[in-house]
Amino acid sequence: RPTTEEAYNFFTLNFEPEPEPEESTSGKSQKQRKTGEDGGQEPEEAEEPSPEQSQDRVRCTLITWDGNGSFRRDVTCTSAGRKTGFSHLRVIVPISVKLPENVRPRYLEEEGLYVGERPTVTSTNENILENRILKMEEGAKWFGDDGRIIALPDPIKESSTRPPLFHMEDDLDPALQTVYRKVSCHHPYIIQSGGRYQLDVDVSGLIFAHHPLFSREHVLASRLAQLFDQYLSRQRNNLAEHLTDKLNGLRNTMRNMLEIHSELSLSQAMQNTRLLRDGEQEKDRMLLKSLIKVWKELKALREFQKFANTPYKLYLRRENVDRQSDERQYESDILSEVWELEAEGEVDYQSKLAEYKKQLGEWKAWKRKQRKKKKGQTQDETEEEDQEVSESEGPDEEGPPKPEPPEKLDFEVIKQQVREKASRIRRKPGEANLIPELTASGKISEAELCPRGELARREDVARRSVFIKILYNDKEVSQTNSRMLTSDFRVHFGEIFNLKIVNCPRSITLQVFEEVGSSCLLLAQVYVPVPHSSVLPANASIEEFEFSSNQRVMFDHEGVGSDVPLSFTAEGSDNVILLTSGKVSCCVSWGVDEDDVPLAPPMSQHPTLNAFFPHSGVGPVDAISHIGSSGDTKKISEWAMQSRLDPNDPKNASIMQLLKVASSGEVTAPDYFRLEQLQEEFNFASDEELAQSRRFRLLALRNQEVPEFRNYKCVPSREREVTDKVFQDYEKRLKEGEIIDTKEHLDSHRALVAKYLQKIREAVIHRFLLASHHFLLSDMVIEEEMPCFGILGLNLFHLAEPKRPLKPQRKERKKVTAQNLSDGDIKLLVNVLRAYDIPVRRSQSSMTSDEVFVLRRQVQVRPFVEVSFQRNVFQTTTADGPNPCWNEELQLPFRAPNGDYSIASLQSVKDDVFINIFDEVSDKDKDKGKTLHTRVEKHWLGSVKIPFSTIYAQSRIDGTFKVNTPAVLLGYSKERSSSNTGAYEAMQSLCQGAFITLFITIEPQLLPGESIREKFDSQEDERLLQAAERFERVAAAEFPGRPCTTTVVDLNGKTVFITRYIRPLNPPQELLAEEPQEATAQVARFVSLIPSLPDRVSFAGICDLWSTCDQFLTLLAGDEEEHAVLLCNYFLFLGKKAWLVIGTAIPEGSSAYVLTLEQGRYLIWNPGSGQYYGQYDTFCPLQAVGCLVNADNVWFNIQEHTSPMRISFDVSRANGWRPFFTRSFAHPGLSSVQPEELVYRHSDKATAVELQERLEKLLRDKLMEWRPHRPTRWNRYCTSALKHFLPSLEQGASGPGGNAGRDLAEGHRHELQNLLGDNRISGFPLHMAFSEMGPVVEAVHSTGVHTIQTANVEFALAVYVHPYPNNVLSVWVYLASLVRA
Amino acid sequence: MAANNPSVFLLSVNGQIEGANFPSYDDLYCKYCFVYGQDWMPTTGLEEGITQITCKGSQSSHKLIWNFPLDITFKSTNPSGWPQLVLSVYGPDVFGNDVVRGYGATHIPLTPGKHTRTLPMFVPEPTWRLQKFTSWLWGRRPEYTDPKVVAQGEGREVTRVCSQGFVTVCFNIIMKDMKKLGYDSGPSNSSNTQSYATTSGWSTDET
Repeated sequence: RPTTEEAYNFFTLNFEPEPEPEESTSGKSQKQRKTGEDGGQEPEEAEEPSPEQSQDRVRCTLITWDGNGSFRRDVTCTSAGRKTGFSHLRVIVPISVKLPENVRPRYLEEEGLYVGERPTVTSTNENILENRILKMEEGAKWFGDDGRIIALPDPIKESSTRPPLFHMEDDLDPALQTVYRKVSCHHPYIIQSGGRYQLDVDVSGLIFAHHPLFSREHVLASRLAQLFDQYLSRQRNNLAEHLTDKLNGLRNTMRNMLEIHSELSLSQAMQNTRLLRDGEQEKDRMLLKSLIKVWKELKALREFQKFANTPYKLYLRRENVDRQSDERQYESDILSEVWELEAEGEVDYQSKLAEYKKQLGEWKAWKRKQRKKKKGQTQDETEEEDQEVSESEGPDEEGPPKPEPPEKLDFEVIKQQVREKASRIRRKPGEANLIPELTASGKISEAELCPRGELARREDVARRSVFIKILYNDKEVSQTNSRMLTSDFRVHFGEIFNLKIVNCPRSITLQVFEEVGSSCLLLAQVYVPVPHSSVLPANASIEEFEFSSNQRVMFDHEGVGSDVPLSFTAEGSDNVILLTSGKVSCCVSWGVDEDDVPLAPPMSQHPTLNAFFPHSGVGPVDAISHIGSSGDTKKISEWAMQSRLDPNDPKNASIMQLLKVASSGEVTAPDYFRLEQLQEEFNFASDEELAQSRRFRLLALRNQEVPEFRNYKCVPSREREVTDKVFQDYEKRLKEGEIIDTKEHLDSHRALVAKYLQKIREAVIHRFLLASHHFLLSDMVIEEEMPCFGILGLNLFHLAEPKRPLKPQRKERKKVTAQNLSDGDIKLLVNVLRAYDIPVRRSQSSMTSDEVFVLRRQVQVRPFVEVSFQRNVFQTTTADGPNPCWNEELQLPFRAPNGDYSIASLQSVKDDVFINIFDEVSDKDKDKGKTLHTRVEKHWLGSVKIPFSTIYAQSRIDGTFKVNTPAVLLGYSKERSSSNTGAYEAMQSLCQGAFITLFITIEPQLLPGESIREKFDSQEDERLLQAAERFERVAAAEFPGRPCTTTVVDLNGKTVFITRYIRPLNPPQELLAEEPQEATAQVARFVSLIPSLPDRVSFAGICDLWSTCDQFLTLLAGDEEEHAVLLCNYFLFLGKKAWLVIGTAIPEGSSAYVLTLEQGRYLIWNPGSGQYYGQYDTFCPLQAVGCLVNADNVWFNIQEHTSPMRISFDVSRANGWRPFFTRSFAHPGLSSVQPEELVYRHSDKATAVELQERLEKLLRDKLMEWRPHRPTRWNRYCTSALKHFLPSLEQGASGPGGNAGRDLAEGHRHELQNLLGDNRISGFPLHMAFSEMGPVVEAVHSTGVHTIQTANVEFALAVYVHPYPNNVLSVWVYLASLVRA
Repeated sequence: MAANNPSVFLLSVNGQIEGANFPSYDDLYCKYCFVYGQDWMPTTGLEEGITQITCKGSQSSHKLIWNFPLDITFKSTNPSGWPQLVLSVYGPDVFGNDVVRGYGATHIPLTPGKHTRTLPMFVPEPTWRLQKFTSWLWGRRPEYTDPKVVAQGEGREVTRVCSQGFVTVCFNIIMKDMKKLGYDSGPSNSSNTQSYATTSGWSTDET
């Protein structure tokens, strides 16, 4: 062991030669040393090593620089100075030492290059390192240009970027430990139904090529056996013979070819073949030789050990040959070979000769050149220099060496070579043909004859047994019986294992175990490939799989062991190391059942399985292929037909699949695998049954939420109880989709439009149904609003308030989502407050004005209000006078269609609330003596119609409405206020008609469906869209609830800027009268006659769709916006100043009106009714103005009020209206979406007349139908008179002026009275825009004319349809009842 | 209707809302209602009801006893939409406001016989923590728009609930004509079917 001292020396001693003294001085000291005289000398002296110091003393030089510029050099040279032993290394190394000589340090950083921050090392450590490095060989290369050690930038970040880890190393929860699992890329199930596959593993036997218990003889014997096997296999192949034949064939061909032309193309092939043949022959001969050698060794061994362990015997059979012919053959062979070789040599020689000649030529040329140069040198002295240069270059370009002429091949030499070779590798001519034969006929010596070692070995052998375990997919499935190891080391098992498999075969492994006593030892594993599915026991062959193990086994007896060097020679050379090895013969195939049906999986269906047969060579073939006619599917199908394959048998699946593919012509083999075939097990009825059964159909339709069945209750339990009647409506509706019903509708065009709208509606409703299944929290849970802090404080204050304050404040009602409602839960509350200007009765007989005055005083009118909704009729009490006050609340039950109270369904409710005002006329019959008969009649005075959808959308309607009074009311007249003069009168004339104040709401309050604000795509400029969005947002923030519209959605679902809709458009030519006043009225009337269809109904709540005017006129249906746009455009055409007003109105809610400026007065037009109102009209339905639109700009109302009465319509006022396009954001010149000109179809008189007749007939029938218990008589005179009146009514209505109706009424009354004498007549004309028959019938019904109970009543009914261009129709229905006085 | 060729089956439910176990609340009452599918119709009995207010006894183990009887008979043509009993429990909070203490639902047992069900109860949670405080302060806890939503699966994913306690309900189920219509409802020879043995006129296997 080295002593500590030695160790110390080892680490610290400087083995290198003495460095220069400058090396250990700083740059400054160096400089000083140069100036100082003896400064340079001293270190040299001191550093001279003394011999006695060199062993245990270390040269430790410490030179320190002290302040006054002198050196102090301490040399501590004792071994005792170990503590400071490294101190000399701490000396700062001067830069000059670290850099090559004459190089100035270069600082990259100063040159502006980024160098990065160096890792921090203390200067002492750095110095030590530098000093050490410098002492090494090539130490300087560790230093950079700046004289510092090359270092990478500091990789350490200042702050840790790694997240802190807690408890990572120590106690990881065992549950969190990662477990490695192999990715299984295949499906575990290969079988689609039933695991009826079987693998047969036939383990037939085991042969050891080497076993540790082999004796030496066994080793030799097994070697002999192997060699013999080799020999046999070579014999079988007989390659040498084969090649000889080939050679002969080639020779013959060659000869033939040479006769024809001297081509030598085959010589190469011949040469190759000959070489191969020679090789094979040599191998054969070597094998034979080694066979004989091993046999000899074996024999020698047997003799030596005086017993035999193995039964092998080698016989060599001699086959004598005819010496003469054999020799001849031999000679001729040699000769022909020699000839060939010679010929080849000749060719070779020729080519070489040609090469030689070429080279020679080159050489000669070069030589000549040289000579020429020399000549030139002598001739021209002046070029001497150049010549010299060339001379000096001369040796560089060495001339080509003089080529040697090729040697010509000597015939004799070749012959000699061939003979030598032949004698080496071939049987000598005449020598007997030796055929070895190995037999196991020898006798193994008895145990008594053997020595002890051998006996021990044999006993050991006898103790051992071998068995094989079979592993399938790495799981042990079976094992063979254990068999004793015999003396010949062959084990026969002969066992067949039938593996019923469910899982896809991945591997089949055989494990060879050796059993000694009770302990088992795994010798080796043999991997057996999974057979191809066509491999069946019949065609499977037994294969041998080699195995080996590298276990080291040694014995103290005769057994040679394993992995142990073994020598057969006496001196121990020629060692061989033998490992335990052997062969297992086994055979794996797919099983067959009793009917010889293979139990193999079909290949085509399991591509995953195919991956396991890469070794099968041929690609995955259908199980069909071994039937014999692959590809010919026709044949197979024929065969399948004949053999009556069971198509449901999974075993035939692949065949059926193939047949199906063949018949259908398409490949349907799925490339995936799912367990869907079990689905059929769960089907409780087949598809046909489901389709046929009415009950199932009903259930299915209800589940699909088909409107007719969505709320169908109690689907009958038995099939027969479901009648076809149930489906009638539904089927009819389905059928109607295709067939256009021209009876209901006027003409096919209108029917088409209706169908189109219906389709849009259905699509929209369907979308809503889908959306209704998505719930928000507010749909499910009632929760207080999230309070902000201000409210929180206020509410805290509220806590102290009394529970029942004396002056209660109005509270918001609880809103109810529609989903949990059922029939009867919802009520419509109608508060009828009061009415104004109800027409008053007129006396029947012509009286003097005085009498009339008296009568009026007695009974003017006794009006009551009847509200009908969904055919439920409720009425108020009767009040007196033309300005009655009822102040009554009526509760009307509401029933949703099909009992469906979802938002979408409620929004699509099309029912209207009819509010009718009647006059109660009691007729007292006194003439029958004592009994007093009071007959009560009601006479219709007017009505207001409010769609339910409006109420639903607005949740409450509060206001005064104009009552829709008929133009002529027979028996009634408007009461005029007594004072005939005054400013008020002028206004009264404007707002002619009766009015009623109503408050309508729904109890409980329903949440109106929120319109989905979707982002529609647009062709507008992005900047414009953003500006529009900003404008609307600012408007909503400043004035919440004030409507502001800048962009709308057109019929194609695209966002369009609103001003594009405004453009002057021509009204129909017929309406353009000369007088502008009249034209205006006509146009307004025309627009109002176009049927109105609220968008909210058709496009339930999604959004307003704005159609252009031509689309509107084509569809003949639209809501207020379309009417307003059209009217506005007409007005613009007529040269008026017109704007579109976006605002809120009663009853329609958010709506659009038209504003015109005429003679300094602003007029507000209701496009739906065609009526106009002055700005200061109290009864104007427009309640709030949000913004004004014309073709150039949009102005938002920023005034304090919204009511038209209280605002100024002067858009130029900046403090009243905020324009969209300002000077900074100018109008970009948006083109209009409207057409340039509207084209109208002329009014069709014939269809109008036809419709008129049909309507009349229908109404007559209906009227009689509504009076089932009483006869309905028709007064023909009256009817004809009424018919006569109607056209004039139409003219009057379209004309200007309000007083016309009154005069007309007088005229009618007089005329009728003249005609009918003393009858008491009450009647009125109804007027409406025509869309469909249904609304007309409904309107007639709501007047209640049919309810007159008087016995001797007669009716008169006349219908007039006035056609306007483009099929816009105005319908008049004149109804009258006559009671004979 | 011919007795051996019925078109509807009947489900008679007797039983009672026995009591509840709400560890931290007292003075509770319970509302119940039945939720059933479109093919079901109650023939007799009360569909909805409300129990008395019960406070915890001093000696009993903090159980609230209602012993409120249920008695209703349904007829149906289709087992789909099998009736469910929906319970909602209310009680006063510290300020005396009536607040909901739990919602729960269970299907009426599908087999004849006596069954006891323990219904776990839950209430919807406030969305925000501040709301939790304010709702506690004003006694306006979040409630379901309709207690029947706890019998439906639709829309439940938007709510968060907090579990509260348990209500025990026992049912005696009798059925008629189920088997004749081709529906086999569960074990016919199990031990808990004594009741239908006594009322064989109503039992399922009447032949």
